[in-house]
Amino acid sequence: MNIPLAAAGLHQPLPPSKTRLLPLVILLAACLLPMLLSEYALDLVVKIIIYAIFALSLELLVGTTGLISLGHAAFFGIAAYVTALLVPGSGPGAILLMLPAAMLGAGCYALFVGALSLRTQGVYFIMVTLAFAQMAFFIFHDTGIGGGSDGIYLSSRPAFSLAGIALVDLELPRHFFFFALGSLAAAYLLLAAIQRSRFGRALAGIRTNEQRMRAAGYRTYGYKLAAFVIAGMLAGLAGFLMAARTGVVNPELLSWHESGAVLLMIILGGLGSLRGAVLGAAAFILLKEFYSSEAIFAGFAQHWQLSLGLTMILFVAFLPHGLIGLSRQRIWNRKQSPAAQGGAHV
Amino acid sequence: MEFSTFLVQCLNAVQYGLLLFLVASGLTLIFGIMGVINLAHGSFYMLGAYLAYALAPLFGGQFLLQMAAGVVLSVVFGFLLEWVFFSYLYQRDHLQQVLMTYSLILVFEEMRSILAGNDVHGVKLPEWLSGAVALGDLMKYPVYNLFASATCIVVALGLYYVVNRTRLGMMIRAGASNRDMVRGLGINIRLLYRIVFAAGVALAALAGMIAAPVTSVYPGMGGQILIICFVVVVIGGIGSISGALIAALLVGLVDTFGKVLFAQFSGLSVYLLMALILIWRPQGLKSKGY
Repeated sequence: MNIPLAAAGLHQPLPPSKTRLLPLVILLAACLLPMLLSEYALDLVVKIIIYAIFALSLELLVGTTGLISLGHAAFFGIAAYVTALLVPGSGPGAILLMLPAAMLGAGCYALFVGALSLRTQGVYFIMVTLAFAQMAFFIFHDTGIGGGSDGIYLSSRPAFSLAGIALVDLELPRHFFFFALGSLAAAYLLLAAIQRSRFGRALAGIRTNEQRMRAAGYRTYGYKLAAFVIAGMLAGLAGFLMAARTGVVNPELLSWHESGAVLLMIILGGLGSLRGAVLGAAAFILLKEFYSSEAIFAGFAQHWQLSLGLTMILFVAFLPHGLIGLSRQRIWNRKQSPAAQGGAHV
Repeated sequence: MEFSTFLVQCLNAVQYGLLLFLVASGLTLIFGIMGVINLAHGSFYMLGAYLAYALAPLFGGQFLLQMAAGVVLSVVFGFLLEWVFFSYLYQRDHLQQVLMTYSLILVFEEMRSILAGNDVHGVKLPEWLSGAVALGDLMKYPVYNLFASATCIVVALGLYYVVNRTRLGMMIRAGASNRDMVRGLGINIRLLYRIVFAAGVALAALAGMIAAPVTSVYPGMGGQILIICFVVVVIGGIGSISGALIAALLVGLVDTFGKVLFAQFSGLSVYLLMALILIWRPQGLKSKGY
């Protein structure tokens, strides 16, 4: 069975061995952060982690499978709403119940949306996913299910307790940090495993040439639907964390601005790479934080959108392969032509 | 529903639909011919509305002159914008264009906030358009809304003429169906792109100028219309102007009557329509036809 895959030109170059351990190193380094950072900075890192999970989930669709969804925030938001609605009247809710429920809720909607929208292609797919996300947005916005346009507050954050002892209590910033970091690591590992599996190779094949995959005997619809549901559930994981982090859920989480922002993150980071998605999420959030910091920009900080927009325009102009392309280019240059170091061919 | 109410709602629906058509026709052309997913198109609508607000004191009561000046300014703006930001993007991935146009939204929104503030501004109607026509015994319909519909119809007819009866229109139609062939035949596709883009900006800005006195001028007005116009473009079929017209009127009807009949779910109705139509016809009502 390796033959058709190889014939379809589906080699995915593994990252250079030198940097293969980089994610692990970064993970270990991140474990030290709670000791070094203030509570505010730690919260910012948690926000980055959540958006990194969200961006990774979309990367499976856009970067791996080639399905551009502009409605990914629906799954993020639905999971957040499920989380908020499941908070019990008294005491903290159980993570073991709420997290799977949130992911399942997102997954169910993803199954519904995916089953219908995967009939369309290209730009139509972009717009149909957007339409379904808008429908979800208006359901929460116009009806009383989740408190209408004001949203709802979570009276307590979920926890995981065994025999009466709270092992994971998301009220505590450190617990939350490690829980989020663990979730990110799990999501990253899952996606890395998918990319290396037969399933992942098939998805990559669909991205490059769906016709050919179909001719090779693959039922591409099923593969795409599976990817769509997995991506929706991972977005649900991010949504669960988001609801638990902010303690408030409102329809803005499902808005197309959110879908656009997460799409932006993965393009900014560089498509086709999991690292790019994480890097893009971090870069986007940090840039936003940087430009809206009044300590640095004083009065102009309120116009952060202008600075952020202009920065991203420059990124588009000068970094066609995203931030991850920057490092790749350098490594490639160094390896291929030592003469370039002298500056002759750069 | 009483007949006169029904009539007023129909007029409203048509007026809204025609306004959507003006914005969506530019979007569908840019989409279909240049292959650019232009998320910033709603900003051009906003630009038009703010132009109306800014130009009104300069022109006094000369409403038509003011609109003409606004259109000229927005054509120039579109020309420059295409030159500076879009001309090097055509070789790139669609997603790069998404990134660029999303960034442009941020820039435009913030420029708007710096230049005109975040307040809601009203735009005054010219006196000769501020009356109302009696419909039946009780209902009245504002003259301006009729004027707006009439203007949209005139523009739509003009657009139909240009696209179907002129040499430029022929190139545009050819560009929508096969870009590479057009280039191969020696037509200056860059210039064509620039013209189409500038026309799209002008159409959206004109819609904004027409809408300004009715809806007033407020922050975020671009985002709202953008999404609805995407719906129109996709229902109509990408690149199809007549499809956009049918879809715009359909969306206008569904939205207006959705608000009257099912107030609770009014936001949903348009998207439901789109989902149903695309399940029925995945390529939109008219794919690549005029």
